[in-house]
Amino acid sequence: MATMFARPEALTANPFHYCPGCTHGVIHRLVAEVIDELGIRENTVAVASVGCSVLAYNYFNVDVQQAAHGRAPAVATGIKRVLPDRVVFTYQGDGDLASIGTAEIVHAAARGEKITVIFVNNANYGMTGGQLAPTTLPGQVTTTSPSGRDVTRAGYPIRMVEMLATLDGPAYLARASVHNPAQVVKAKKMLRRAFEVQMQGLGFALVEVLSSCPTNWGLKPVEALRWLEKNMLPYYPTGEFKCLQQAV
Amino acid sequence: MAERGKTAIDRERCKGCGLCAAFCPRGIISLAPEINSRGYHPAVVTDPGACTGCARCARMCPDVVIMVERVEAA
Repeated sequence: MATMFARPEALTANPFHYCPGCTHGVIHRLVAEVIDELGIRENTVAVASVGCSVLAYNYFNVDVQQAAHGRAPAVATGIKRVLPDRVVFTYQGDGDLASIGTAEIVHAAARGEKITVIFVNNANYGMTGGQLAPTTLPGQVTTTSPSGRDVTRAGYPIRMVEMLATLDGPAYLARASVHNPAQVVKAKKMLRRAFEVQMQGLGFALVEVLSSCPTNWGLKPVEALRWLEKNMLPYYPTGEFKCLQQAV
Repeated sequence: MAERGKTAIDRERCKGCGLCAAFCPRGIISLAPEINSRGYHPAVVTDPGACTGCARCARMCPDVVIMVERVEAA
């Protein structure tokens, strides 16, 4: 009998606090599986952000430091520079990374810090009740855009990966999604590459993962994944945007 | 030589989101009519004999409550 699927060791036994159907849990698990497969659990430091994933330290079975809102890349920079032999990653949502933390992520990427960033994009501020985020789609209804995002007043969503791809610092930039099993497998490959890039000393790595937010989108979990596929994928295409094979 | 799977769902930790049921290619997962101690309708395998052990349910489970094994039946 072969085990096809079991809980990874890099996850603690604590049940996730996330809402039913929220794909944060899938992304947590993929990161943990990659940590197990690379054999780096005892050598990894995570930096948790602010948002729904603020409690990530309860779930990742590695050392974790909690950062102030948006500052995870700055904290990770400090940890990695003091302890260069550790694998350091941040786990941030779009309200954290693409809004209050924009300066930190842009400059960490521009400096080519040898850290890995997991960027979970669910197109709204999940923890605080589904307000408009920089990543909210044009026309998308949120609690602070009840008539839909009006781009003449609220501007346009930011494609973080494409924006960071204009910099010379990043070694690996990719966008994945987890709206079906095939995409989950692809997302894991990208996450693995983002850790390998750091271990090979190539530079900054970031994977954006499109994630569902059934509660704040007002959809059932399965409908939320369909909404993601139909609405988010056209605006946020998946794929690898930068992939250095050796240091420059 | 057919392949057979064995899927174990932790009913107490399941939040009844139904993603496993939606992606099961055999359509053999559904939500139980009864609730668990946290008030959710947990997912159950309705026809364990038909499971191939493909683990798509487990890959989509946001709460990592599904374990899958595969046995090769003669």
